[in-house]
Amino acid sequence: MSAKRTDHRTLWLAAAAAAVLLAAASSVAVGAQDLPITDLWHGLWARDGSHEARLVWGSRVPRTVLGLIVGACLGLSGALIQGYTRNPLADPGLIGVNAGAGLAVALAAGTLGVTTVTGQVWFAMGGALVAAVAGYLAGSAGARGPSPLRLTLAGLALGALLTGITSGLALLDPRAFEQGRAWSAGSLTGRDLGTAWTLLPFLAAGLVLALACARALNAVALGEETATALGLGVNRLRATLVAAVALLAGTATAAAGPIGFVGLMVPHAARWAVGNDQRWVLACTLLLAPALLLSADVAARVLLSPDELPVGVVTAFLGGPALLAVVRTRRLGGS
Amino acid sequence: MIPPVLRLGRTFSVRLAPRGAAACAVLAAATAAVALVSLGDGEVRIPLPDVVAALTGRAGGLERTVVVGWRLPRVLLAVLLGAALGMSGAVFQSYTRNPLGSPDVIGFGTGAHTGALVAMILLGGSYPQVAAGALAGGFGTAVLVYLAAGRGGVRGARLIISGIAIAAMLAGLNTWLMTAAKMEVAMAAAAWGAGTLNGVGWEQARPAIAVLALLLPAAALLSRPMRQLELGRDTATALGLRTTATETAMITIGVALTATATAAAGPVAFIALAAPQIGRRLARSAGTALAPAAFTGAFLLVTADWLARTLFAPAQLPVGVLTVVLGGLYLLWLLIRQARSPGA
Repeated sequence: MSAKRTDHRTLWLAAAAAAVLLAAASSVAVGAQDLPITDLWHGLWARDGSHEARLVWGSRVPRTVLGLIVGACLGLSGALIQGYTRNPLADPGLIGVNAGAGLAVALAAGTLGVTTVTGQVWFAMGGALVAAVAGYLAGSAGARGPSPLRLTLAGLALGALLTGITSGLALLDPRAFEQGRAWSAGSLTGRDLGTAWTLLPFLAAGLVLALACARALNAVALGEETATALGLGVNRLRATLVAAVALLAGTATAAAGPIGFVGLMVPHAARWAVGNDQRWVLACTLLLAPALLLSADVAARVLLSPDELPVGVVTAFLGGPALLAVVRTRRLGGS
Repeated sequence: MIPPVLRLGRTFSVRLAPRGAAACAVLAAATAAVALVSLGDGEVRIPLPDVVAALTGRAGGLERTVVVGWRLPRVLLAVLLGAALGMSGAVFQSYTRNPLGSPDVIGFGTGAHTGALVAMILLGGSYPQVAAGALAGGFGTAVLVYLAAGRGGVRGARLIISGIAIAAMLAGLNTWLMTAAKMEVAMAAAAWGAGTLNGVGWEQARPAIAVLALLLPAAALLSRPMRQLELGRDTATALGLRTTATETAMITIGVALTATATAAAGPVAFIALAAPQIGRRLARSAGTALAPAAFTGAFLLVTADWLARTLFAPAQLPVGVLTVVLGGLYLLWLLIRQARSPGA
């Protein structure tokens, strides 16, 4: 590894850090209510119960913090799935993991009356775990092993199945339908700062697991046989990975609803910038994904002002073309 | 053994595979049986002999009103739309030479939902408006997916992934339209978006039945050219088939069938995907077979609709919720099976 290459990657990482800071700043600064920069500054530092302070600390800062956490969760889980399955189309939304989390949240709300985010997180993680394992097993069954298209289709089928059950439940119960409607679009609104902070440990745990996998993922890129020959426990890696993906995707879904495509787009961009070393990809994703989600959220507030789009709609409209671009530039094995 | 051939005049002949004909007969009988049970089941239970009496006009009063006036249009439409979806799936799968090629996968259903939502939320949503919106949305999306797949991408992975990509974008748009709508409108729109026959009466059923009465026989005529085309374009040309004309006819009829079904009942998922494959296995035919696909589709939809209507009574599920769950399971099974069979 030449020193020049390392410099280049450090530069990209610094740029990603700058992007996330910029996105966070604009997320606090921009909103439905035009707030002059001096008032904003005042509201940010003087927590005196003034109008500006309440607006900034009651709505914009929580939203920004939530966006940072959810974005990081989505990006990391996407990077992990893509890194392991070598499926360029993997995204927790696209392969049914978010749908599993969604169904679990709907079931928990409908049957057990669990409506707090901290309560829902556990159910969401359980649902995400089951969906991730089921999708992977279905997509990789048989002698030929997993191919990107088969994994994607298995995820699509699973997602359709789980979303179908969720919408069936909702349609049988108008109250649940009304509650689920806003959530199902994917949105960062309506959470307070305390809730946002309670999610941080989950992200931290997921991040630790993800980083623990990074070196092993690099070895697996050489092929699983080679990795085993190098003394890597492939089963342990799989278990850690699935736990990390479920933790991250579950947290994101419980907090903000099913937001698609962030986990698809960012790891691609990260790989393009810093190469295939998973440690760098994960680090870069950790910064770029929140930057993307927050920028999308700012756009969601501004585009139809004074109305707001759910951020999930914006990411879908960014992600669709990105997915098409991936399909057009990469060869997809299998059918 | 050379199978017997049915000839009608000089131009029309059908090769009757005994196994295929038997499968079709069994499926038709099963469809009829479920239809009869479904006609008798519901809030007002009517025993089977009375159902038959009402259908044949020997009973009057309440029974006739319930059976013929309320339930028959729905059951009949389920049978016909099931057949239409099954056939359209068979045509798409034959054309793309891919068991996953279906109007669902290429985003037709999601696009139709977008069109219908726009009609419901912005225009008020009378039945013809919704149907027209659905058609516009469905066709528009199909064209978009086709263009996005690019040249040479019609068969295989690119088309499917392009469909997923565009469907995902539209799904985002749909969700947003739903959040923007009033609760009652949104709930009706959600039920429609899943695909539903709830509340279908004769006035909604009649136009669809009339259109299908033309389209289903037209599709049946494609059966033989389709099989020739499955041998490859060159071979088909050598056999004297006008391949481009046949392909155009296939796409037109396939899309028209799906469009009719969608306009009448919303995007009922997965019947078009599953019916041809199940039918083909039942009939043990080599290629994609239209008749078994049609009968399987009819059986699947009429059964699913009966269950959706009665399972959670008095609440009614949209039938599409049931088909998407069953179809999702089926697609998973298909993928696993495909992977296990060597060289598939």
